[in-house]
Amino acid sequence: MFAYIARRILYVIPIVISVALVCFLLVHITPGDPLVAVLPADASQELAAQMRTAYGFDRPLPVQFGLWLWRALHGDLGSSIATGRPVLSEVLRAVGNTVTLAVAAALIGFTLGLMFGLIAGYFRDTWIDKVATSIAIAGVSVPHYWLGMVMVIIFSVQLNWLPAVGAGPGGSGSWGWDWEHMKYLILPAITTAVIPMGIITRTVRALTGDILSQDFVEALRAKGMRELDVFRHVVKNAAPTALAVMGLQLGYMLGGSILIETVFSWPGSGLLLNSAIFQRDLPLLQGTILVLALFFVTLNLLVDIAQAAIDPRIKRG
Amino acid sequence: MTVMSDTALQAAPATKARGYWATVGRRIARDKVSMVCAFVLVLIFASALLAPWLGLADPYQGSMIRRLRHIGTPNYPLGTDELGRDMLARLIYGGRLSLIIGILPVIFAFVIGTSLGLVAGYVGGRLNTAIMRTVDVFYAFPSVLLAIAISGALGAGIVNSIVSLTIVFVPQITRVAESVTTGVRNMDFVEAARASGAGPFTIMRVHMLGNVLGPIFVYATGLISVSMILAAGLSFLGLGTKPPEPEWGLMLNTLRTAIYINPWVAALPGVMIFAVSICFNLLSDGMRSAMDIRN
Repeated sequence: MFAYIARRILYVIPIVISVALVCFLLVHITPGDPLVAVLPADASQELAAQMRTAYGFDRPLPVQFGLWLWRALHGDLGSSIATGRPVLSEVLRAVGNTVTLAVAAALIGFTLGLMFGLIAGYFRDTWIDKVATSIAIAGVSVPHYWLGMVMVIIFSVQLNWLPAVGAGPGGSGSWGWDWEHMKYLILPAITTAVIPMGIITRTVRALTGDILSQDFVEALRAKGMRELDVFRHVVKNAAPTALAVMGLQLGYMLGGSILIETVFSWPGSGLLLNSAIFQRDLPLLQGTILVLALFFVTLNLLVDIAQAAIDPRIKRG
Repeated sequence: MTVMSDTALQAAPATKARGYWATVGRRIARDKVSMVCAFVLVLIFASALLAPWLGLADPYQGSMIRRLRHIGTPNYPLGTDELGRDMLARLIYGGRLSLIIGILPVIFAFVIGTSLGLVAGYVGGRLNTAIMRTVDVFYAFPSVLLAIAISGALGAGIVNSIVSLTIVFVPQITRVAESVTTGVRNMDFVEAARASGAGPFTIMRVHMLGNVLGPIFVYATGLISVSMILAAGLSFLGLGTKPPEPEWGLMLNTLRTAIYINPWVAALPGVMIFAVSICFNLLSDGMRSAMDIRN
């Protein structure tokens, strides 16, 4: 087991370096001089040259990358152009809100997905299956930002039950676990949950169907096991794959929250990314993407390890 | 004995009369859901294509005095938008750009990804490692984040949005193509072709491509659903199409401010995205089960 974990961690190192390289290059695929982003439009030639040296833009690209990576490893992702504050602290503050949203959405989406998937797989080709798979396919096909708008139309505009935007009363950025704050979480969380719900339903349904058609299930039934206990075996066999898919979905929710956060003005990493893009705040854009991608890589690593821990079939050599 | 061989002779042609693809085609044609989806898609594509000849209102012509009319207003069956433009005309014209920016990335990625995956899977060895490890790097980003990172860095625009989505989908199709190719590579008929002196290019083109294309095509059809949502999403964020072009994602964005005045008109463009996306998803499912002859 430890050898497996060590190998898996070792494998992550080149990925992390490559991810950093992609984030670094993002600024360099930007049309025009990367300096444009840090300089006022009316800056003098002298100042431009000075800044070029200060930012190291006059050095060869590999050297620039090395220096940037070295600083990033020490937690220095530069400063936001818009606010002047360190990028890392801006990003981490926003990520907290995104994690809140993603975890809430995961609770909803995973529970429903597992439930629908197991039921649909167990009662394959019955009307229950048809209903569950229809919900699932709608879930994976819906443009979630539009669904968010529809939710706001129904529950905020028409019924006036829940707030339409923000993450707390008075537009405060600080989150709290009370009803006043929770009210703001409900609509974005449900909207975010729809895609993972659909994907998990589909995965678990297929898994359950496959497992039920295997010989060992036949054997369990033949020896007179109660159906409920057979079901337990099915769940056990489906767990590792289901876990992997859930981990991946959690990662997508954390990293892909920009559309939902824009619709609901949820002050997380997605909204931060949105403002970084439109204010051409390149250090902030680069930093946010790097942090989110590293989150995703770490999450995938943890899922792999957890999967190996619960599934003895995965080689631990 | 003679009787038996006679029946065998008569039965034989009937069982092998149809080829694999003809069987798959028949199975899809018998699947009601797939046929309904295909019909809806043909309808949306045809109306987008023929929009100028359908006698619709001018999708660019607005009017300050008839802004945000409700659905069902005479002359404006689907109401008007925030600038008083006819919604029906804009939704139909909007299909042109929305379908292009949603489908082109998948077509480009299909061509590039299939080539990369085929080469990686067939040649194997170091080339496989080089291609597949590069693909892994892109898997370290959630696809929405990658699309937004690239188009955010490149700046707003239709071309940039297509480029960024193509980059997002190439690794996914490459992975599918590689795994299918690896599965086919070791089959006897490929070995036989090699033994009979066929070169690697001929083997890939003649013997492998036909066998790997089906599953990749099905996967790509499903990807169009994701691509439609993401492409419209980029426009929704302001990273794709620019006003006043009619495009579903951008229309949703500009109508967002109208949800307190005329909410259901504001939600209409999303219905179009949803319809196209779900039809491609169901069609992909239908093709997958039609090609899975074992069932």
